[in-house]
Amino acid sequence: MMKNAKKTKVIDMTCVVCPIGCHLKVTVDENGNFVSVTGNRCPRGEAYAKEEITDPKRVLPTSVKVIGGELPLVSVRTERAIPKRLIFDAMNVIKSIQVNAPVKRGQVIVKNVLDTDVNLIATRTVKKAK
Amino acid sequence: MKKIGYDVVILGGGAAGMGAINGALSQNVSVLLIEREASTGGVLNQCIHNGFGVHVFKQELSGPEYHEIYLEKLSGFDAMYETTVLNVDVKNNTLNAISTSGVYEIKYGALVLATGARERPFEALRIPGYRPAGVFTAGLAQHFVNLENRLPGRKAVIIGSGDIGLIMARRLTLEGVEVEGVYEIMPYQGGLTRNIVQCLDDFNIPLHLSTSVTKVHGKERLEGVTVAKFKEGHPVNGTEKFVKCDTLVASVGLIPENDLVSKTVELSKGSGANVDDLMRTNIYNVFAAGNNVCIHDLVDFAAVEGEIAGKNAARVAKEEELPERMGILKEGEGIGVVSTKYTTATEPFKLYVRVKKPMGTTVLQLNDQKLKTVLAAKPSEMIEINVDPSKHNVKGKLTLSAIEVSK
Repeated sequence: MMKNAKKTKVIDMTCVVCPIGCHLKVTVDENGNFVSVTGNRCPRGEAYAKEEITDPKRVLPTSVKVIGGELPLVSVRTERAIPKRLIFDAMNVIKSIQVNAPVKRGQVIVKNVLDTDVNLIATRTVKKAK
Repeated sequence: MKKIGYDVVILGGGAAGMGAINGALSQNVSVLLIEREASTGGVLNQCIHNGFGVHVFKQELSGPEYHEIYLEKLSGFDAMYETTVLNVDVKNNTLNAISTSGVYEIKYGALVLATGARERPFEALRIPGYRPAGVFTAGLAQHFVNLENRLPGRKAVIIGSGDIGLIMARRLTLEGVEVEGVYEIMPYQGGLTRNIVQCLDDFNIPLHLSTSVTKVHGKERLEGVTVAKFKEGHPVNGTEKFVKCDTLVASVGLIPENDLVSKTVELSKGSGANVDDLMRTNIYNVFAAGNNVCIHDLVDFAAVEGEIAGKNAARVAKEEELPERMGILKEGEGIGVVSTKYTTATEPFKLYVRVKKPMGTTVLQLNDQKLKTVLAAKPSEMIEINVDPSKHNVKGKLTLSAIEVSK
């Protein structure tokens, strides 16, 4: 008999890092701390599982209004994942801004979004309107 | 009418078409792209979400990034934009096309069909009621929001849980539209689990399985829908519920786009072009790749098919003889769709397969040869299988089946 056996719990989740969508079984201890993970096909899955049980993060893709461009919008995304809890606050920041054409792919549209240390970048080129 | 000629002509400049340009250019032939829109990219332009390019670029990109990065690799081809192909004459190797600069007769050495797919419209569902303003296909709603800076409405119901529907549930929510729920007639989801997690669960949007829309309300503008539980394809009496909404977004499937060649190219029941492992159709110099062959989950797969089609089209245009077909592949037990219908059994190739219904641990086998075992098989997640003619017998009559070995 194990006297000091800790109570652990297994959480089922789907990794969203890439479209393969590995089915993860994440073991956490009684305090909700990460113990182990199985089912991931790459190391990114383990990092995802750890983060998902503490502070889940997501890449935010959306668009920003363009002035004087051949399109009214430029698509943007956060360069890396930001905390999920900040998604709507980030959207409010993004909705309040606009950029002038031309816009280059990779151009930083918002630096350090909400102090996350993550930039918002353009994901396409928008030329000036002819 | 202006007359021009090219070794390889490619119809459609989406992921498969760009792949075909890449493949054809590697063989040093003249290449013409004909594209309906003003630029390449196809649906990638409006798919601003991330998740593209994991296989080809080894990183996760948005659709527009995938398009631009892929396009930057390509140089030395001609393109006609905002041009529509009117007909293809496969006997004379010509096609007619029209654009603002006139009508063209274009001669090709080989043709690559990369025409993609169109959305199954809501009207195809035969649901009673008027067809008021406010009913959109998911792709159209996506075009409105992501390219035109328009919102389709204020309160939306999504019918069908395909990936575009799930992506639009998140997109509309982020833009301030209230998404009441996603209704799926089948007892299982249509899209990737990843999209259920990050598009629905993250925003507390409910997914109602075995439930669908049975009536449309409103005459001028959509006022709401009736939803009901479904059992074996029929609504269950007494489960009807009215849901108020001004927008209905239909994500109810894609149809391979082959209308131009429906009388000449052999098509499957699902209207995809039947191709062999070289992406060649029944016509010796006509090739096909991408969603007009079968509906893919990943843009990478469409691009890879395009590369194969483009390369082999160029070989035919150079009057190289391609190997004959040696095998015929049928969809057997448990298989919904398979991308390749014939084999030349010359080089290793990939089979893209969709199963009919969700299964546990599943063995995919060709006649009695085991090709691959997967831990879970779902209709929403395409299975990629590598086939090697030096290891597997891929000649003669072949039947691919999916056998569930444990739950």
